[in-house]
Amino acid sequence: MLPQLLASGVIMGTVYGLVAVGLGLIWGVMDVINFAHGDFLMISMYSSFWVYTLFRVDPILSWPIETALIFALGYLTYKVIIKRVVDAPGLSALLATFGLSLILRNAAQFLWSADYRYLPDTVVADRRLLLGPVMIGLPQLVAAFGSILMTFAVFYFVRRTRMGRAIQATSMDKDAARLMGVDTERVYAFTFGLGGACVGFAGALLSTFFPVYPESGALYSTLAFVIVALGGFGNVKGALQAGIIIGLAEALGGFYLGTQFKYTVVFLIYLLVMQVRPKGLFGW
Amino acid sequence: MNQRSRHEWRSLAIVIGLLAVLPLLTKNVNVHHVIVMFFIYASLGEAWNMITGLAGQTSFGHASFFGIGAYAAAVAFYRFGASPWIGMVIGALAAAAVGAIVSYPMFRLRGHYFAVATLAVSEIVFQLFVSWRWVEGATGISVPVAREGLWTLQFHSSKLPYCYLALAGFVAAAAAFHWLANSRIGFYLRAIKDSEEAAMAIGINPAKYKLLAMVSSASLTAIFGSIYTQYILYIDPFMVFSMHVSIKIVLLTVLGGLGSVWGPVFGAAVLIPLSEYTRVLFGGTGRGIDLILFGVLIVMVACFQPQGIVGILRSRGRSGKGGQTRDAKAAA
Repeated sequence: MLPQLLASGVIMGTVYGLVAVGLGLIWGVMDVINFAHGDFLMISMYSSFWVYTLFRVDPILSWPIETALIFALGYLTYKVIIKRVVDAPGLSALLATFGLSLILRNAAQFLWSADYRYLPDTVVADRRLLLGPVMIGLPQLVAAFGSILMTFAVFYFVRRTRMGRAIQATSMDKDAARLMGVDTERVYAFTFGLGGACVGFAGALLSTFFPVYPESGALYSTLAFVIVALGGFGNVKGALQAGIIIGLAEALGGFYLGTQFKYTVVFLIYLLVMQVRPKGLFGW
Repeated sequence: MNQRSRHEWRSLAIVIGLLAVLPLLTKNVNVHHVIVMFFIYASLGEAWNMITGLAGQTSFGHASFFGIGAYAAAVAFYRFGASPWIGMVIGALAAAAVGAIVSYPMFRLRGHYFAVATLAVSEIVFQLFVSWRWVEGATGISVPVAREGLWTLQFHSSKLPYCYLALAGFVAAAAAFHWLANSRIGFYLRAIKDSEEAAMAIGINPAKYKLLAMVSSASLTAIFGSIYTQYILYIDPFMVFSMHVSIKIVLLTVLGGLGSVWGPVFGAAVLIPLSEYTRVLFGGTGRGIDLILFGVLIVMVACFQPQGIVGILRSRGRSGKGGQTRDAKAAA
């Protein structure tokens, strides 16, 4: 049983990690908690669902569409809303993203109803791999590999490209970055888009095995808050590692203590780790 | 500052007087329901404002204190036949204890790390209540119907007594917040909010005062949990412990104006009628147009008036005739 639990924990953990990477980038660079992050994920899942239903393009192939779409949604969100609240005092940024979350969630409910929707006949559907005692669904495996690849892509983007370095500089010290000639305005907008792209990609993969409904992003965003803080803000690799820890905690805790306690274990781990490392496992 | 404080006391008294007349203007039960919920949530906002508005420690976990208070009143009557007043006191003490035990070690966490921790604690408490047999777990508790009266805090013939019970609670909560905000402790808390290091440098012990704010906030929140139980007479963990409750409290206070005694009042006045009426009109399967509009409203306030509704009114007052001088005097 243990190998099976470890495998499914790691697999879900990588997806949680990718969702958290997106949230953490925005959080680290702008100090804004995007409460609409889970709703971005939900919109991506719906678009993946509709692309498949209307045009028969499998989510495994249509991911560039969803990634680009949610990138655009994030970019636009920054330009229209976040720009005005990013330097505001108090919690107005939180208020704004929460309002956006209400808008997106209820718009989805208005347009597509609260019904659960599934994609039952994608390329990967109902296929399983048997590796010794461990059975892994193909959709989950593809999602895990995709998430790891995407996380590393983001990691190298932030480390190696010009824009990525500008993002790093801005997250360290906004004013200094501006004085060095970084167009922080562009960096902010791009970071919000990049955060969106992460969930855009995750949404496409999740839609192959997770039901699509207006609240389907809610669980992921709650876990993402914990993962980002556990990993340390603005730390891409840390988010992936923390995601896997949380995935394992959920799988093992759910099995050994009962499913009703699986998130209790997750939250307890957060509280305990914070006692030892108040800035996250990999934060400083 | 003293003069402003006195001025605010006077305005508070006037507004409370007006609010006291409000339930008498109609016999409509739905309106009375909205009024009760308005008082309860405005008070929850005042309580939350102590730890977040004054001390600057964002809590996303106040549902846990609300739920503890709600369950204390329900369990006291359901298991022991004790008056909800006793449950209320026990609930307040329990919430204060949980607030102290849980948040004290977490005060080292700064900013968002603390906020996520409060969220984690509240989710843990929620899960525990869902699987705790003695309090009927996920099924919830129906408070046995008893004779009407102040001792049982049950009133069946009319919602008016609940309106005044909740109003009395609100008066206490608003007064408590106002007193705290203008006391020496309030200034300490604001200093801590601005910079913990600077506060420490002038001899304030941040942990002590943050703990004080958290304990007052938690116990006050629990009291309104008990009032809520007596009003609804049925509770389950999903109603009182869910993140929605915490978020609603956060939302209405920030929408109204963080750190001001008026914030929760304005925020609740906008949010509570809206959310109660959408539920009445559309039921659980509503198509959500109202909530979309509400989302747009929240985004607009956040974008154009970061101080919340209070900020809008304040800037109005300043541009008016008397506002300038009054503010100038207050600043002096």
